[in-house]
This record gives sequence, C-alpha cells and structure tokens, in this order.
Amino acid sequence: MATKSLKKLGNDLSQSNKQLEILSNGIFKNGELPTFKDKISETSQFPIKAKKLEILQINVGYMCNQVCDHCHVDAGPDRKEIMTRDTMRQCLEVIKNSGAHTLDLTGGAPEMNPDFRWFVEEAAKVGITDFIVRSNLTIIRANKKYYDLPEFFKKHNVHVVSSMPHWTRGKTDKQRGDGVFDKSIKALQELNAVGYGMPGSDLRLDLVYNPSGAFLPGDQAAMEKDFKKALMDDFGIEFHNLFAITNLPIARFLDYLIASENYEDYMYSLVEAYNPTAVENVMCTNTLSISWDGYLFDCDFNQMLELPVNSKSRHISEFNEELLEGRNIVISQHCYGCTAGAGSSCQGVVA
Amino acid sequence: MSKPYYDAADLRKFGKITEWNEELGTKFFDYYGKVFEEGALTAREKSLIALAVAHTEQCPYCIDAYTKDTLQRGITKEQMMEAIHVGAAIKSGATLVHGVQMMNKVNKLDG
Repeated sequence: MATKSLKKLGNDLSQSNKQLEILSNGIFKNGELPTFKDKISETSQFPIKAKKLEILQINVGYMCNQVCDHCHVDAGPDRKEIMTRDTMRQCLEVIKNSGAHTLDLTGGAPEMNPDFRWFVEEAAKVGITDFIVRSNLTIIRANKKYYDLPEFFKKHNVHVVSSMPHWTRGKTDKQRGDGVFDKSIKALQELNAVGYGMPGSDLRLDLVYNPSGAFLPGDQAAMEKDFKKALMDDFGIEFHNLFAITNLPIARFLDYLIASENYEDYMYSLVEAYNPTAVENVMCTNTLSISWDGYLFDCDFNQMLELPVNSKSRHISEFNEELLEGRNIVISQHCYGCTAGAGSSCQGVVA
Repeated sequence: MSKPYYDAADLRKFGKITEWNEELGTKFFDYYGKVFEEGALTAREKSLIALAVAHTEQCPYCIDAYTKDTLQRGITKEQMMEAIHVGAAIKSGATLVHGVQMMNKVNKLDG
C-alpha cells in the first residue's frame, strides 16, 4: 500500500512528459497497436470536438487523506496544491455567466480545501442547483471538523458521488488503504441516516466502482445489482446508482501497470474493447476541467498530463465560452480508457 | 533459447483461426458468443463454470481468460477458488467412482 505520492517519492512518472512518452512509444510507435488518433480516424471521428458546455469540473486541490494505489491524480496528504479563494471567485464569475448547469467538485479530497464550504455556499448563491461532490467517504470520519459534512451536503442538496471499489473489506482496503472499508461503511450509514441514497430521495448518493487491478470493469448494471445486494444484506446500506469507471493508464495506475508487467496486456484490452459509439459521448465533449491554479483542460486526466485545452482561452481568468465551444479535444493513448466497452466517464458508462 | 509450447500472447491471436476456415471459424465464434450471453443462467454464473472447466481441461489460455473475466465481474478470489474445487471434486470423483469397476472386477476374478 502506497503512503506517499509519486511526486514526493521523486518517481519519474510524476512528470507528465514521462507518462506521455510511455503512452506514445513502444507498442504504439512500432505499429503493433493503432494510436487513438488512427483508431478514431477509422470511423471518421477525428477530431473530437467540444459541444455545448454543461459541466464545470473543478479540481480544488490534490491534497487527500488517502493514498490510493491507482489514483490518477497522484493525490495524498503530501500534495500541497490547493485552489485559493481568488481562483474560486474567478470560477464563480464563470459559473454566473456560462451555460454550465452542473458544478462537479473533485480533488484530492475536495472537502480538505479550507474554502470548500465557502465555495459551495457562494456557488449556491449564484444559482447553481446541481452540485456534485466527489467524496472519498473516509474524509467524513477523518476528523471531528468533517463529522457534520452529511448535514452540510444535505443543506445544499449536494449530489454525493463516492468511490467504493468493492463490497468486501479485503479488496477495498488493498486498493485504498487499511481501515478504509470500515470507515466508508460508517460514512455511508451516516449519509443514509440524513436521507442520502434512500429510495425515492432527492438526496442523490451514487457510488463509483473502478477495478482493483489490470482489468476492465464488468457490466455496470450487473455490478450495481451485486453491490446493492451485498451492501444491503451486510450493512443495511442504500444507494442510488453505481458508476463503473475504467482505470486510465496514467499516474499511479500507469506506474502499477509497468511495475507489474501488465502495461502491454492492459493496452491491448483497452484497444480490443474500443467502441466507436462511446466516442460519441465521451465526457470531454460537454465538460471542462479546471485545475487548482485555474487552468482549463478537456478532462481531469488531461489536467494530470498537463495537456492544456486547444484554445486561446486557457485560464479561468480569460474564460471565453464561444472560443471553447467547438475546440478540438487534445488526445493521446490514455483516451482509450474512456472508449473501451460501454465507455467510461465520471458519470459511468456512456454507450 | 528453448521455445515453450504455450505463449500467453497467442491468446490474442485466437480469432485468426477463422482465416484458414472462415465458415467454421465464424460459426464457432458466433456459437461461443451466444453461449456466454445472459440466459437462464447469468453471465456471471457462466463465467464461474468456465473458470472451473478451464482448470479441469488444464487450458492455460482459458485460465488466463476466465480469471480475468471473473475478476471483471467482481467475483472474489474465495469464490474463484471454490469454483475450481467444484471442478477438482468432479475430476477426483470421476477417478474414484471407477474404483467400483475395479472392485467388481476383483470380486469376479478373485471371489
């Protein structure tokens, strides 16, 4: 189990250019596998173009109380990148004036940003009603100051989306750290207690499943059924939907794939499962990702690879919705992760 | 350097058997695909059966394929091992039940 970020460890793979180099060389350079660009060109889907902006996904910082094995953010307690209130103010200006209807807060653990609650309250004031917070669950139990988060979420009708890799303790703790399973169960029960995830409740509680190793997620509906049965039978827990998300080969997951000699097989699996229908609905077509320091990216993965948007409008301070709409999405081989099988996005399957 | 009879990378080439007999190859893969669809049994149940049979057949390609498939379906390693024991129990049972034939023969010859 990891305890430090790749960045803290001085691992080469904490550098985005090293990751991009690996993704462009080897089996993709020698033609064994087609590049993502070539693959989507086969079905005349290159370039992928951004449609109307619907979701602003804001990464409020890379600090996290957990150090999960496969984190694409390379987040952890040692990461100090945190969004300031000034940048949040700029985001609020954009929210007021753009057509985006959903604010999706992620991290790290977004709740660890000292201005997290202020930001949610201010965003509510400017009329955002569709909030998503990507909560790791354990944060709710990590410190007394977070104990009232379920009530805070409820007050602002925040849609809570939480990672839960498996319904068994063993598989969950292996991926996310010792004790994570028990704390997550307790947090889910507390969310249920205030009304989250209950049948018919407007307080949305969805879970995210991502595989614990070098394999793709199974059928989302079948997994949801299994999760619901196990969490209800064992702990009396209710939730709404399960999002099955594919691990993208970047950051700590890429490091794991290489170290375990699974990289090539995994890339083969992704390419073999390529689904052109999923390309139609990849999340970068309606979502914009904003980094802790205010830069704009096509998605959270491109943010971690430091691949900026292909537009003159590159920072929240110079946000221009007209310029951004219709831009060409920046792609590399990691994009195969969003187009495998039924597709994958922060909202689960797309095809 | 010695060359092994089995190469894990050959599994990816399975589809190529169609190239030397398209009609039969295609019919086989259509049938195979259909068998594993959700039916009176769930795809999950079928995957566990396949994992057990992969072991009794001692097919390394099938073991690779269905270990991955069961993992993808969220099946735990305890469930996977139990499935293999079912296969192993039938294998050993099939051996031992022939002991009755041996006993019959002994009784006949050496009664």
